[in-house]
Order: sequence, then C-alpha cells, then structure tokens
Amino acid sequence: MTKILEVKNLIKTYKSINKELTVLDDINFSISEGEIVSIVGPSGSGKTTLLGLCAGLDTPTSGSISLTGELISSMSENQKAAVRNKNVGFIFQNFQLLPTLTAIENVMIPLELQGKPSGARSKAKDLLGRVGLGDRLTHYPTQLSGGEQQRVSLARAFSNNPKVLFADEPTGNLDEDTSDIVENLLFDLNKEQGTTLIIVTHDLDLAQKTQRVIRLKGGKVCRDQKTNQD
Amino acid sequence: MANLKYFITTAYRDSRKDRGKLALFMSAIILGIAALVAINSLNYNLVKDVDEQSKSLLGADISVTGNRPVTEQLQLLLDSIPGTEEAKEVELFTMSYIAKTDDSQFIGVKSIDGNFPFYGKLLTEPVDAFDRQRDEQFILVDHGMMLQFGLEVGDSLMIGGVDMAIGGRLKSSFGSISAGSSFAPTVYITPEQLEDSKLIQPGSLVDYAQHYKVPSNFDPNEWEDLHREAFRNESMRITTIKDQRENLEEAFSSLNYFLNIVALVSLILGCIGVASSVMIYLKNKVSSIAIFRCLGMTDQQAFLIYFIQILVLGLVSVVTGAILGSSIQMLLPVILKDFLPYEVDMDISWQAIFEGASIGVLITMLFALVPLVSIRNITPLRTLRASVDQTDHWIDWLKMVLYVVIVLSIFAFLFQLTDSLREALAFSIGLLVAFLVLFGVSKLVVWAVRRFFPTRWSFVFRQGLANLYRPNNQTQTLIISIGLGTAILTTLFIIQGLLLENVGSMDAGNQPNMILFGIERDQKDEIRTLTEDFDMPVIQQVPIVTMRLSGWQGRSKEDWMSDTTKIASRWAINREARVSFRDSLNADEELVEGIFTGEVTPGDSIFVSLADNYASSMGVSIGDEMVWNVQGAMITTYVGSIRKIDFRSMQTRFFILFPRGVLEKAPQFQVLVTKSPDTETTARYRSAVVKAFPNVSVIDLGMILITLNDILTKVSYIIQFMAGFSILTGMIVLISSLSLSKYQRIKESVLLRTLGALRNQIIQINFTEYFLLGSLSALTGIVLAFVGSYFLATQELELEFNIRWFPINSIFFVVVFLTVLIGLFNSRDVIKKSPLEILRKEVG
Repeated sequence: MTKILEVKNLIKTYKSINKELTVLDDINFSISEGEIVSIVGPSGSGKTTLLGLCAGLDTPTSGSISLTGELISSMSENQKAAVRNKNVGFIFQNFQLLPTLTAIENVMIPLELQGKPSGARSKAKDLLGRVGLGDRLTHYPTQLSGGEQQRVSLARAFSNNPKVLFADEPTGNLDEDTSDIVENLLFDLNKEQGTTLIIVTHDLDLAQKTQRVIRLKGGKVCRDQKTNQD
Repeated sequence: MANLKYFITTAYRDSRKDRGKLALFMSAIILGIAALVAINSLNYNLVKDVDEQSKSLLGADISVTGNRPVTEQLQLLLDSIPGTEEAKEVELFTMSYIAKTDDSQFIGVKSIDGNFPFYGKLLTEPVDAFDRQRDEQFILVDHGMMLQFGLEVGDSLMIGGVDMAIGGRLKSSFGSISAGSSFAPTVYITPEQLEDSKLIQPGSLVDYAQHYKVPSNFDPNEWEDLHREAFRNESMRITTIKDQRENLEEAFSSLNYFLNIVALVSLILGCIGVASSVMIYLKNKVSSIAIFRCLGMTDQQAFLIYFIQILVLGLVSVVTGAILGSSIQMLLPVILKDFLPYEVDMDISWQAIFEGASIGVLITMLFALVPLVSIRNITPLRTLRASVDQTDHWIDWLKMVLYVVIVLSIFAFLFQLTDSLREALAFSIGLLVAFLVLFGVSKLVVWAVRRFFPTRWSFVFRQGLANLYRPNNQTQTLIISIGLGTAILTTLFIIQGLLLENVGSMDAGNQPNMILFGIERDQKDEIRTLTEDFDMPVIQQVPIVTMRLSGWQGRSKEDWMSDTTKIASRWAINREARVSFRDSLNADEELVEGIFTGEVTPGDSIFVSLADNYASSMGVSIGDEMVWNVQGAMITTYVGSIRKIDFRSMQTRFFILFPRGVLEKAPQFQVLVTKSPDTETTARYRSAVVKAFPNVSVIDLGMILITLNDILTKVSYIIQFMAGFSILTGMIVLISSLSLSKYQRIKESVLLRTLGALRNQIIQINFTEYFLLGSLSALTGIVLAFVGSYFLATQELELEFNIRWFPINSIFFVVVFLTVLIGLFNSRDVIKKSPLEILRKEVG
C-alpha cells in the first residue's frame, strides 16, 4: 500500500522564558492510504501537537513529515495551505464553523477555495442531506445544536474529497447518543470515499473502532498496534 | 484557484452579521472626511470669484496710500497715469460728540473728493445719499453707531467743533475689513466739512489716498513695477487689483491654514479611531480567519477578504462623510461671517470633495492596514488550540513599512497645506515623538507594575493593577490611542487659552486705560486740570514733535538710499518720527549703553537717546551723528545713549528721546495718559473733553480691549466649533479603544463571577484598571501637549507661555471619567446577568 503520511525523527520543542520544553521527542511512524488510525494518550502527551504537525498546521523543530507524497515539513505556510485545501479534511472537537456563514456556505468553502464555485452548492447540499441536515441548509451555526454543528463539520470535511481526514476529539463535546450518530456518519462517509482517517481521541471505545492505535506518552510513541478492525 | 468574485462573495457573507461592529470605524471616517471636505469647500468657494471681489474691494485700478500727502515729485509720476477718473481720500480718527444723547464716540472719519469707488458701490440708506452728499453737505454715519445711540437721519454729530447734519446711514463701510472699524465706526464727511473742522493739524494721524481708474489698454501692474521704488522711498504704497487679490488670497490661506490644521487633527484622531476599531473587529474574527486558513486559504487570501470589507465600508463612509461635509460647509460662512470680507456664495465644490475623499481614503486605509496586515500572522493552529500565542515575537517589517508610509503621507499632506518644509517636518516629527513617548510610557508602566507589584494590597486592587501587565493587556493600545487624542485636544485648548489670555493681560492691574492725543500746547494745563477734577491721575503728559531723518553717520538720506550695502531698514529711515523730550528716564526704560543727557544749553552738542531696537534697525551706535528735519529746520544730533523699553507697559513710548532745551519752541502737540476707574466716569470724562476740546481725541483702551476680546471670543467660538469635530472623533477613539479591552476582560470577569466574586468586587477591579489606564494616558497626553504647545506658542505664535490649569484639569478629569465610565459600561453585562448567559452570548 502507498504511504500517505510518513513521520521521521519528529521533534517539537517550545521555548518558554527560561527553559525549553520538548513536547514531541523523536516520533517515527507512517500511515498507508485508506488506513483508519487513532492517536491516543493522556493529557499533555502531545496528541494534538502531533495532529497539528501532520496536518501541516504547525512546523516541526526538526524531523520530516511527508503528506500525500509531499514534504510538508519544509514548506512555506502558503504551500501547506494549498496541500490542505486539496488533500486534507478536518473535524474539530469544537466544530470550528464560521459563525457568520450558513450551514451550506460553511460546507462550500473548501470547494470554492479550489475555484470550483459552480458545483459547490449542489455538492454541499447533497452532503448536508447525507448527514441529515437537508432542511437546515440556511441555518447559522448558532441556530444548530452541538450534534448538528458537528454534522455540518463532517459534511464540510468531506466536501473536497480529501485524501486524508484529521479528526481532533470529534465526539469530545457531544453526548453519548449524538456521539454514536456522528461516529457512524464519520465511518460511513469515510468508507464511501476511501479516505485515510486519523483520529486523536481520549475515547478508547472510539479508538477500538479504528484499524490501528498509536499511543503517546510523554511526547514519545509508546505503543503502535493494529486492532481487530479491518 | 479561487477568483476575485469568490473573495468578494465571502467578504460579503462573512461581514453579514458583524457590520454593526464596524459602526465605530465608519463614524471615525465620516467625521474626519466631513471636516476635511467642509473646510476645503469653503476655501474653493472663497477664492472662486476673488478677481471680481478684489476689484470691488479696492474700488479702483490703482490706489496710492501713505500717512502724508503725495509730494510734488510723486504727483508728477501719478499724472503719467492716463486716468479716466481720479479721486482723493483722507482718513483719520477723532472724537465726535452726540448732542442728542450727550455722549461721545471715537470715530474713523473718511472724506472723498471724486467719484470713488469706481467699482462696487457704497451701500447707504437712502440709497442715493452718497451721490447727494457733496451737494447737500451732510454726513453719512455707520448704521451700527446710529442704532447704538438711537440716531436718525436729520440728527447731528459734532466733529472737530463743527455741528454736522446726518444725511444717511452707512450700511457698508467701503473697503474696510480691519478690526479698527469695530471700535471706531466710520463717518463719511465732505472735503469742505473736513476743511471747516480743522481736524488736520501738525502731528495728526492722517492717512491719505489717491485712487485712479485706468483705460483697459493700460497695465497698472507694469506702471506699479516701474514706480514702486520711488513711492516706497517716500513711505507710500501702491495697490493694484492684482495686489488686492494677492492680499485676499493670503488672508484666505491663513484662515484656511488654521481650519485645515483643525481638519487634520480630526482626520488623525479619526484615523486612530479607524485603527482601533478595525483592531476590535479583527479580534472578533481571529477564529474565523484561523478556520479559513485551516481549510486551505493563503494568508493573502484571508487578508483580501477583510481588506475588501474594510475598503467597501470605508468607501461608503467616505461618501457619507463627503455628503455631510458638503452640508456643513453651508454653515461655515454663517459662523465665519465676521472674518470674511464679502458674502460668500457657497456651491458644491467637486474638487474639494474629490481632494478630501482621496486624502481620506488614502490615510484611513493606511491606518486600517496596520491591524489588517496582522491577519498574515494568524496561524491555522488556533483551530486546535485557541490559546496559541498570537503576539508577534519578531519585528513585522510590513507593519514598519506601513508606519513609515503613514508618517510620509501625513508629512506630504502637511507640506501641501503649509507649503513649508520646516513646519511640515516639525508637525510630523511632533506626532512621531508623541507616539514614541506614549509607546515608551506604556512599556515603562508594564515593567514598573510588574517589578514593584504591591503583593500585600487588597485582592481587588491587585487584580485591577495586574490587568495592566497580564497577557492580552490593553496598556499599550489604550495609552497610545487615548494619550495621543488627549495630547492633540489639550494642545488645541492650551493655544486657544494663550491667545485669549494674551489679550486679557493687557487690561490687568494699574495699567493706564485712556490716552488723549492731539492736545495743543495752550490746552495742556486746562486738560490736566480737567483730568484732575475727575479724580483721575495724570500718569503721563508728554510733548510730541514730528520730524524726519535727513541723514546719519555723515551721509545724507539720499546718499544712503542709493547704497545697496546699507544695513538700515527702510521703515526706520522713512518713518515720520514722533519724538519727545524730557530730562529723565521713565520706570519702564532701562539704560543699556552710553550716558543719558537730560538737558542741554544752546550751543552744546545734542545727545539723543535711542530705543535699542531702533538703534539696531538703523545700524547706529553711541557717538554716531544723526540729522533731523524738524518741519523745515535741520538739527544735528549724536547718539548719546541706548535704552531698553518694556513694551508690555501701556504708556506712550518713544524710539527717539531728545534732551530738554532743544525742541521746546518747535511745533508740537501733547499726549496725556490717564486711568479711568469705571465706564461711567470714562463716558462723562470723554464728553467733557470733546465739548471743551473738540480737536482732542480720546482713545479708550478699555473699549479697544473689549472689542479685541469680542473678536477673540468669536475666534474661540469658531475654534470650539471646529474642535467639536476633534472632540467627537476623540470620543470615538476612546469608545473604540475601550471596546478593545471589553473582549479581553469579559471572560476573566465571568470566571470571577462564577467563582463567587461579588458585583461590587468586579466593579472595583474594572474601576481600578480603567482609572489607572485613563489617568496614565491623560497625564502623558497632557505632558506631551505642554511640550508641544510650548514650542508652538514660543516659536510659531510668539506668545508668552503661561498655563491655565482649569481647562487642563478639566480635560484630565473628563478623560479619566469617560474612560472609567465607558469601561464599566462595557462590563455591565457581567455585572447584571448570569455568568452562563454572558458566556453563551459573548463566547459561544
């Protein structure tokens, strides 16, 4: 299988006033195309930092990251933005919808940014229908519940047919029932589109639903094992 | 790649729910542009028909003026003008007695021999009064004076001891735009009446003019260029329509210069408002920008979206400001009417609108760009961690370039305004220094509070104080914006106060307030007795002899005049000297060089005493010879001493002082200086003098000061009207700056409330923070204003620098009060509502 994400000797440190804090220390792993992987670990273990680096939202202190065959660790911010727009989808714990845009406008953004405004509306409409929000197209985020907001976020994440989808605690802000709905939608859509899915989570049940679990502790990978899922 | 249409659509969508938040931004631009357009429009309207107005104001093609009749030699030159018409005019100031009310009034008398004015018309009532005046031998009296004393056509006025019947009201005093006409109303008398009144005596202060109308094929300016020097040498001045137009344009440019400075102040304050309101708006948009970036938008694209929003709303504001400014310009002629020489027809000036709008768009967009370029630094990582430190750890060169461009733009605008590199540079450097000082103070405050933090003080005070240095503190932004606004407004008030105070001080203490001149030798004892009968002190009674300089340092005046290397200045050589003689120095005089000679006997060398500034203007020193023409008789003198005179004294002062024993027999008149205790005594005394001595003029300095005060009150009213723009924009700056802190403090306050803080404790914490910020900003701004106005007053306006604390204290308290009030107003939700409700509204 083709490697879609390859992390080598990754180190991330932060400088505070009088000391240097190493958040990620010599991380190495790779993820193949179509794989569903979860990254777990206690608070402060570096999960979110690792996700940010892998998705090209941050720059490593040293080491390299190759995403969809491109070395994003040495790219400029704007080059990384182009990679994200073309190949990456995001789902966040706090949804991160634009409050001034309606549900359909939020879903259309990645396509419009690619310069494909003509098909954007119908695709966004289809996706919102797919997540059960066909009748809430023109609602603003503040007019939607948390679960509904996360479903809009799902529709947006899949709108540009990403090769990789990064999800940061996708059900962290939702109740159990809503979480189940969102999880099912996430896995269903992922299966339909054949996307590589990388989830950062505290939720071990959710992690067990992925094919592979990478466990972090103190900024290092302490375990990397396959689950029973296929 | 996404196209421009997409970004325009996204900009529109993104702004949809937040446009109201840019209301402050828009108001700041609207006010700044309105001030600029209104003032520019007035300027264009004033000068648009200046040619026509110059002709009417001068009334002739060529006018020659001076304080003595034209000499025979000059008359020959004047005869070379192929005049179709000519007229002679005499103007002097004297007392008049109003029998009807038993009052007296100091007046300006004008007498015209000829059909002058040739252009324009003297407005009288009845309308033909001026045409009939010469035949019927009556006088025309200023309409205001007639109203003041209840005079009617048919009543009479005694001028120079002659009763003269009033034949008409003077509705416009021709060509008179001087402030003098306010305290000395104009009265037109005929040349015959002037002759009868015997007002013109040796030593009288009389202005003579000759006016000419020329055929269209004759160029008055060419004639002026040919003969200017000859007339100057005899202290006479030639004025043509071209000169009049230049004078008018100069007068307008001074007025416009002042108004433009006010407009600039409004615009700069508006720009600070623009920068801080855009900053508030973007603070609100940080998470949206991070999401856009996360979804693949480049920094330039994110910047473009918000730039489009600001540009469109900016343009809407500029257009609104231009409309408002064009409406306000209609008001300006009403407010400025006392200072405009003619009624101004106000039209919409597209050029003014275009210029105002262009400058406005340029400067406001530059200021808006300062916070806008920070969009580039918003990392998409904020979508994962809202707490990612957003502060710039490196120098943002693009921002630095913007600051430089802003300073250069302000400099260019000022240069275009003042036409003076020095002034433009001084003003720009002043602003820059103010900015840097405020920046330094804010850094110092943060450092000092952290370094000397009072750990034992009460929780509430410590919280308020700590807010000055904690992350996301507003110390720098607020001190700079409020401080700069305070500095500009305080400077305006200090300068206004200094101008008014400078005039007010002339009337203070035991200064004399009345001067009588034109007293003949045989009247001096009677007038002294009359003054003492009124229980008024004779502070000074001095003889005056008029003379002219004939030569100095062994060479004749003519010889010197042809010498291009001479250092003596023209005014010192040509002036008609009013000289006195006495045997001692006065209290307001100080001998700085030589020996003062008080008396000489016939045959002795005559040593005169010169005022230091006159001696330096003549380039003479102790021992130099000076020859004087005393009404035909030549008197040779030597410079014996040089005196320094205190010019703040209200007594009569003499550049040239003779010793006793020389001029006693020369034709002379006396001046008496006294002080009247009150206005009632002044009125009675004036009436008594004018009845007994009709040739004597009484100048009531109190009246002049009242008139000057009146003029300055009007000026200050205009300053205040224009400063109103600045105050309004200053308020916007204050509100927008403080709104910035609202978003920083609200979460903390809610958290404290959640943890059980009482309402009063929240109020006290916020009060402490805003009180400290308000006081520090106001104090720094005021100190800057002191320095700025000191230089402005002493270097530019040549005023004595004195501080009146009342307005400054008021500014301080108003700024602190408003800062605390607006600060507390912003946190009212935290105090009134439940923490959850606010969190949902503000944060969710």
